[in-house]
Amino acid sequence: MKCRVCGKPANINLRSYKTSLCEDDFIAFLEKRVSTTIKKYRLIDETDTPIVAVSGGKDSLSLWYMMNGLGYASDGIYVDLGIEGYSGRSLEKIRQMADILQRKVYIFHVRNALQEGIDSVAKVIRRPTCSACGTIKRYIMNRICIDKGYTVLVTGHNLDDEASALFGNVLYWKKEYLWKKNVVLEGKEDHLVKKIKPFFLCSEREIAAYAIMKGIDYIYEECPFSKDAKTLVYKGILNRIEESSPGTKIMFVKGYLNVVKEKGDEKEGDREGRYCLQCGYPTFSDKCSFCRLLDKFGTGCSVEFDQYG
Amino acid sequence: MKVECEGNTYEFEKPMQASRLLEQLSLSRETHLVVVNSRLVTEDHKIDRDDEVKLIRVVSGG
Ligand SMILES: [Zn+2]
Ligand SMILES: [Zn+2]
Repeated sequence: MKCRVCGKPANINLRSYKTSLCEDDFIAFLEKRVSTTIKKYRLIDETDTPIVAVSGGKDSLSLWYMMNGLGYASDGIYVDLGIEGYSGRSLEKIRQMADILQRKVYIFHVRNALQEGIDSVAKVIRRPTCSACGTIKRYIMNRICIDKGYTVLVTGHNLDDEASALFGNVLYWKKEYLWKKNVVLEGKEDHLVKKIKPFFLCSEREIAAYAIMKGIDYIYEECPFSKDAKTLVYKGILNRIEESSPGTKIMFVKGYLNVVKEKGDEKEGDREGRYCLQCGYPTFSDKCSFCRLLDKFGTGCSVEFDQYG
Repeated sequence: MKVECEGNTYEFEKPMQASRLLEQLSLSRETHLVVVNSRLVTEDHKIDRDDEVKLIRVVSGG
């Protein structure tokens, strides 16, 4: 196969775009899609100071790298879940990238704040590890922005993440979540930071290819708890459909965004917003779930961040 | 050729196309990328006997 742009041997075949490209032209092609996404959906403007949520995986490290390359200078935030071996190896990859980008990364150690790793915390509160992890990550990533003055939280969610989540929400008609996904989720002043997903329209395959071409050293192993069986099953099914009908995933997700846009006008009345009396985070009661964790496990210290770079 | 995939190493004697190699290991081109001598290649790429091949899984947990 030849590169459609320059005629050199192609390095990747993109069946959903009916094209094949060499390294240089693929990198340009993917970066263009991301910068178009950023502009079209008004993800970031000149006055913003973005911070990227990094995990050490291919998506977040590629995103952090690309953002800085595209001129959106961004620091990073990493939540160290205290998982034996895995967390340390992830942090190593993140430090490496911080050095390459010459950017700062903040690190929140769950073990320091809650005296336990994520698995023990989850066990005590009788929640699945991934759900406790989600609660803590969402909270801390919001908190860093409020504490340090970042105006946009950038996450590495990709097309396959969105398509599989959407697929699951449709299968079980989870109406309460179904229409809530988007490339951008607006914030609430002083309480909730704006969240954006510049990789919304980029597939895992494309991002992995980008990481390989750019020599981005990411953690290849999976989080030992992330065996979210359902997500993997949905991704597998969607990839099988993609194999026989290229372009299905991107059509599914783009179509969804169009419907969300149409629905935008019939705005549902926001449920009466309440905020945690202790920290100001949105909650349905007096105290948010993170502050409740701090009460149970914490040392009474405030939330603190390490800093690297 | 030496083929590395998910911590396993396979040896193949004859040269073959990348797509054929994926088939042999029951992998899909949607979920695995083929890297030959540190370069990403398309599925019609002919892999030679003394090439070093890595198959990279692109799907991650969520
Ligand atoms: Zn080219
Ligand atoms: Zn709180």
